[in-house]
Amino acid sequence: MHFALGAEMNKPRYNSSELLICISARLMEDGTTCFIGTGIPMLAASLAQKLYAPNLISIFEFGGVGAQLDKLPLAVGDMRTFNRGVAAAGICDIMETAQRGFVDYGFLGGAQIDMYGNLNSTIIGDNHSKPKVRLPGSGGGNDVGSTCWKTIAIMQHDKRRFIPKVDFITTPGFLSGPGAREDAGLPPNTGPYRVVTNLCTLGFDNETKWMKLLALNPGVSAENVVENTGFALVIPENIQSNKEPTDDELRILRDEVDKDRYYI
Amino acid sequence: MNVLSSGSGELIQPPDMDAFREWNRTYKSRELIDKRMTEREAVSQFLAEGDYIGIELYGTVRAPMSLVREILRQGFHDLKCAGQGVFESDLLAAANTVKQLDWTYIGFEVYGLSANARRSVESGYVQKIVEWSNAALTWRFKAAAMGVPFLPTQVMLGTDTFKYSAAKVAECPFTGKKICLLPALILDAGFIHVSRADKYGNCQIDGISGFAAEMARASKRLIISAEEIVDEDVIRSQPDRTIIPYYLVDAVIEAPFGAHPGEMTNCYERDEQHIRDYVNATKDESNVKEYLNTWIYDIQDHKEYLEKVGKRTLDALRIGGRDE
Repeated sequence: MHFALGAEMNKPRYNSSELLICISARLMEDGTTCFIGTGIPMLAASLAQKLYAPNLISIFEFGGVGAQLDKLPLAVGDMRTFNRGVAAAGICDIMETAQRGFVDYGFLGGAQIDMYGNLNSTIIGDNHSKPKVRLPGSGGGNDVGSTCWKTIAIMQHDKRRFIPKVDFITTPGFLSGPGAREDAGLPPNTGPYRVVTNLCTLGFDNETKWMKLLALNPGVSAENVVENTGFALVIPENIQSNKEPTDDELRILRDEVDKDRYYI
Repeated sequence: MNVLSSGSGELIQPPDMDAFREWNRTYKSRELIDKRMTEREAVSQFLAEGDYIGIELYGTVRAPMSLVREILRQGFHDLKCAGQGVFESDLLAAANTVKQLDWTYIGFEVYGLSANARRSVESGYVQKIVEWSNAALTWRFKAAAMGVPFLPTQVMLGTDTFKYSAAKVAECPFTGKKICLLPALILDAGFIHVSRADKYGNCQIDGISGFAAEMARASKRLIISAEEIVDEDVIRSQPDRTIIPYYLVDAVIEAPFGAHPGEMTNCYERDEQHIRDYVNATKDESNVKEYLNTWIYDIQDHKEYLEKVGKRTLDALRIGGRDE
């Protein structure tokens, strides 16, 4: 159900990663500042710059600002993160820029997410000193989730990842619900904005801050989404449809953005 | 100031600014002296078992890998570490070098989790892990660099990252809002790889500066490796480019390709094949041992390491059109 079939053969026109990248790229708004993490956000930012958002200002945590993402970065500190950029600064300047309210969007990932958009990338298990799995940790995740205006999480969608309570809140979503971020001391009017998955695009209900279904990916039903989510979603009457990756998107993605096939 | 809550993590390194000032007064020479030495000399002279270390930038980007390999070679097994890394952190874990960590990120970015960090944590070899965000760890260096015991910030609030940190939430005495206080982090020994340095330790870095400026100033002992050692005149003709002045530095090591298999801005690209082979090797402990023997323990020094990598490979990684 993740694939659309090509007309002439049974080969999918695109794979799940390509779909995630294309849908994420469409969310990147021209002329905004975007905090970019490793992986899919890098590809999406590069694709967006080439197709829809030539003035997208990419921000990488170790200092790269406003790069032209002609070559795909493999690390958030590599040379490509400031290729023909406007600044090659350092981590303090970047994090302080976000803390001052200069970063519009932040892209995030995690091993687990809950209905309030809280993310876990620290441990699997309930004992911090004896975890079942030790994950990479916060890195810049917590900082992005704390200080960027709007955050967009990119996730594979299944019941192990979309769970009622994450094992560890690494990165703040809406924490325990409406008003919780402000009560904790986080900057007002910040928080999760979208969750992009291989099944759908989700947002958050304005009042309850519960995760809400916004748009379905091609070939996916609302039931599929519900079945793969470990908590109750807000399902509105009108659900949009995400368009399939276009030929243009796929061509640029394959021939330019990731021609060495690191991700796709 | 009214402290409202405290993270449960232990403060591994207390922010004693008076002691740091005394250290800087007593042990940091203001003299312009030639500090060039080998990796072996620097590590044996300036690193002791039980020390708290920091490594900048990170494993695949401008990291002092020749120094990291020397730390492993000298067999340390009870260090404390600011855990922000990739390849270098995995190597430290592979050799059971570190027992206590202030942790923000240890992984392989594109290639996923750090198998050795996982093993050393899940097996219980690492006895103490205190969580931080990336900004938090860097701002902790910045606080030490500023000579203040803590910095108020707006990160980590409301999360388990805070709960398992050693930070505190307090009421801001000016606004009344909650603010997260990060304790200064003073390192016993810092290791930084730079683009060029003179023999006294004045350093320039091309490209992004990561957290070099802050960590250098937060280190009691600072060991610098440089792609090239340049004449003092190169530094003095462009003093605005000095990111680390000599009086912060205790040792200067000339280490061309010192960041291999990582990259160095304007000099060379990362050695993707080497990194991939290593990541694959980390899936199996016996392959990890073999890697450590082949690339570290059975090798004398960085010169021999580069010979083993081979001139052809190194030349292929070089970025063309350098300003010779």
